[in-house]
Amino acid sequence: MFELLGIPPQALFGQLLLGLINGSFYALLSLGLAVIFGLLNIINFSHGAQYMMGAFVAWMLLTYTGINYWWALLIVPIVVGATGIVIERVMISRLYHLDHLYGLLLTFGLALIIQGLFRNQYGVSGLPYSIPAELSGGTNLGFMFLPNYRGWVIIASVVVCFATWFAIEKTRLGAYLRAATENPTLVGAFGINVPRMITLTYGFGVALAALAGVLAAPIYSVNPNMGADLIIVVFAVVVIGGMGSILGAILTGFGLGIVEGLTRVVYPEGSAVVIFVIMAIVLLVKPAGLFGRTQ
Amino acid sequence: MTTQSESGYRSEAAALPIGTPRHHLVIFTGLLVLLLLAPSVLYPVFLMKVLCFALFASALNLLLGFGGLLSFGHAAFFGSSSYVAAHAAKVWGFNPEFAILLGVAASAVLGLVIGALAIRRQGIYFAMVTLAFAQMVFFFALQAPFTGGEDGIQAVPRGKLFGFIDLAADRTLYFVVLAIVFGALLLIYRIIHSPFGQVLKAIRDNEPRSISLGYKVNRYKLAVFVMSATFAGLAGATKAVVFQLASLTDVYWTMSGEVVLMTLLGGMGTVFGPLVGAAVIVTMQNYFAGFGAWVTVLQGVIFVVSVLLFREGIVGVLARWLKKPL
Amino acid sequence: MNFKTIILASATSLLLAGTAMAQTAVKIGVLNDRSGIYADLSGEGSVIAARMAVEDFDAAGKGITVEIVSADHQNKPDVASTIARQWYDQDGVDLIVDVPTSSAAFAVADITREKNKIFMNSGAGSADLTGAKCSPNTVHWTYDTWALAHGTGSAMVAEGNTKWFFITADYAFGQALEKDTTAVVEAAGGEVLGAVRHPFPGTDFSSYLLQAQSSGAQVIGLANAGGDTVNTIKQASEFGITQAGQALAGLLIFITDIHALGLETAQGLVLTEAFYWDLNDETRAWSERFAAENGGAKPTMVHAGVYASVLHYLKAVESTGGKETEALMAAMKATPTSDPLFGEGMIREDGRKVHDMYLFQVKSPAESTGPWDYYNLLATIPAAEAFRPLADGGCALVAN
Repeated sequence: MFELLGIPPQALFGQLLLGLINGSFYALLSLGLAVIFGLLNIINFSHGAQYMMGAFVAWMLLTYTGINYWWALLIVPIVVGATGIVIERVMISRLYHLDHLYGLLLTFGLALIIQGLFRNQYGVSGLPYSIPAELSGGTNLGFMFLPNYRGWVIIASVVVCFATWFAIEKTRLGAYLRAATENPTLVGAFGINVPRMITLTYGFGVALAALAGVLAAPIYSVNPNMGADLIIVVFAVVVIGGMGSILGAILTGFGLGIVEGLTRVVYPEGSAVVIFVIMAIVLLVKPAGLFGRTQ
Repeated sequence: MTTQSESGYRSEAAALPIGTPRHHLVIFTGLLVLLLLAPSVLYPVFLMKVLCFALFASALNLLLGFGGLLSFGHAAFFGSSSYVAAHAAKVWGFNPEFAILLGVAASAVLGLVIGALAIRRQGIYFAMVTLAFAQMVFFFALQAPFTGGEDGIQAVPRGKLFGFIDLAADRTLYFVVLAIVFGALLLIYRIIHSPFGQVLKAIRDNEPRSISLGYKVNRYKLAVFVMSATFAGLAGATKAVVFQLASLTDVYWTMSGEVVLMTLLGGMGTVFGPLVGAAVIVTMQNYFAGFGAWVTVLQGVIFVVSVLLFREGIVGVLARWLKKPL
Repeated sequence: MNFKTIILASATSLLLAGTAMAQTAVKIGVLNDRSGIYADLSGEGSVIAARMAVEDFDAAGKGITVEIVSADHQNKPDVASTIARQWYDQDGVDLIVDVPTSSAAFAVADITREKNKIFMNSGAGSADLTGAKCSPNTVHWTYDTWALAHGTGSAMVAEGNTKWFFITADYAFGQALEKDTTAVVEAAGGEVLGAVRHPFPGTDFSSYLLQAQSSGAQVIGLANAGGDTVNTIKQASEFGITQAGQALAGLLIFITDIHALGLETAQGLVLTEAFYWDLNDETRAWSERFAAENGGAKPTMVHAGVYASVLHYLKAVESTGGKETEALMAAMKATPTSDPLFGEGMIREDGRKVHDMYLFQVKSPAESTGPWDYYNLLATIPAAEAFRPLADGGCALVAN
């Protein structure tokens, strides 16, 4: 049969699939960042911390109230999204007239606070969160043993990403949103409450991060630092994709997950930096990013 | 979203004239006298830490406060220089002055490479790009054989300055560090007040206009980026000699965040702000070390408060009260 | 006038008391991780252990006043070195104990040597502490990577698990662990089929586990630590690695990790430790007292090591009647060690404390009677074989 880079095809398929799973998280997170950036024009540095909060709230629901994973999928994004709304109203909304970098600094500070508080309360050793019974076990795909839960992560992520893309690109609400991105004053003049739209958008972006956190909780240990390093990788993903389009953020997320997965087989030592290397190349060749519009 | 915000980081305090106002001279002199006397009261190692971070924050301030470029990856320069200096002093047996120089050279080269790529993007993208590159440097430091991975480079000899001044005693070393840092601060001051510094401020305040005036904006940006990286490297190399250690903490992104915090708290675009910011943050870390992650929380709170209520920073507010640029 | 007399009187009485029994004041610094991933296996528990040692020794009754201070080094060498320096320079600390995380331990060892104080390590793993980087001021009490690699490696090969594959954290520590274990496996007649080096710290290990699975190895050696090991074991169970018949060998894993993982996930894992609370009546009694003060959590081998090392130090203070570093170190190395937790042992000239080590297998949920009942004892490795031979370490203190 065919062998690619000296890897037998079975192993290759397996690794591609695993890459796709990691890509699911990149896609969900960069999508949230892109949605927020599109309207608020800030980079949400606390995105990683909010992803971590998602995992923690899911854990708390299970531990303290016995609410299971499926309800957590619904409740957690709402709860964490609501904290996002509060943050936007109380803090971020005061910064719109200033340089965008202040938004970055503010959310960076928020990330420190959130992570610090959770570290104080729960330590950093990580807390266990079991895979829901319905999704335990795995399926033998012939070329690999795929845990059912990981398969679910891919499906859930694709569905959410597609739904978000659809809502923004194809619905009336999405049209308002895109219009407000281009010219908020004009949209306001049509009688649409732009500030409220901005607030809800931030809440939605944060909710996406929280959802990613819930999805991650059963796979990785629930840990206050789980978002801190991840967010930097996602930043690189965002720079590579460019924040011009929603679809761009999604595709880059999945694509880079696969690239990283392949690196883990070919040259595992380099898998932590491969995305940053790609970022450097993209900056040289196409500074606005793969899907970015030149400004 | 198509243009960069016009407001930049301008504060009234930052509108510095060419030449040296007399009260700056007075402050510098007073500061020097204070610092010369300080080791008889305070623990010299602590003072040296403050000095190194004051220089580091001033280096960042040169880029952020006067160049209008927010780098979230300055730990890359601080840390790589500290690794190179530590390696040179320990493995190659360099005298401390050569070890530091080599570290500084390394950070300058690294600054040139990262800077050339990073200035291709602006604003928030610039911040993210520098952060991502710094993370790359972090992974390099973690895996490269000469950095000692998690152990870092330890037991770096302080050595003999110029071959005959033994730096083993904290007091002696303190005055050497003071000389290095103070010299560098004066140099940064000189850069800010040179015609080059004026062009920088013009670019910061209105990049399109600077371009239309015929300035090669990217060259200026790259130049100030490299300068800032170099001074950050000087701070890192000096720290390596003081603590006899180069470790991953120096290259980690939290270090980049801390130095931004020092600059922000002290006052971006002021001359003395970074010194004040560094002193406050280092003191806080030192005395609250027993409170674990609360230090992180406190730093976060300072960030949030500074951004929301206190954008001029401590020195910026002071300058407004005194109606004099500080 | 009156005031002066009182001072004089009390000074005389102090002097008298001093001659009656050697009045010595020592200050012990417990430096470890109090907020990070090793907080459970060292942390406040080590302070409790040190305090118990002082009480059990009856230091006050023997005229030795002991003050214990503690600090969080956050597992960072720079923080550890700053604190150690300040403790020795300013706060008058005589002895630093515990210090998990090898990088931090090296930093403390260097400064201790420079300031000529004493450092008794319990928490750190690197065998270099008593090897290439050994110091006349360091005692390494509880375990080291050599002992763990040998215990686990040779035992598993002896059981017929000869084909190995390593999942290694790609930094100095992980590579050393892989190298040490490879040597053991090959010496015992085993074979290493391959290794994959993962970035540190990692979160997703599925890719490496899949590579390990397709290698056809019988044992997957985990040459990583802390959260990486925990995540690897967790994901191995998720991908059905152990169910498919491959065994996992943890090369640096503690009872607190097993506690965090749960037996469902960790069962069957083979590991080496220096101490287990359920070894004998004495360890059980001590551990019960410890758990009462530590929120019910049983002691780890690191806690036990802190207890035993402080005890041995205090004995030396009593016998030398002072706290002169050279005399204390000489006394500690000359006197055989004896305590309820590690039994009889000794400190070698390179600073290595030697005692028996134990090979354990993690119980299945059905075998366990409740929390902390986690291990089945597979074998006892006698002290003479448990640690690296004196001559092999390359320590400059060892006379050739």
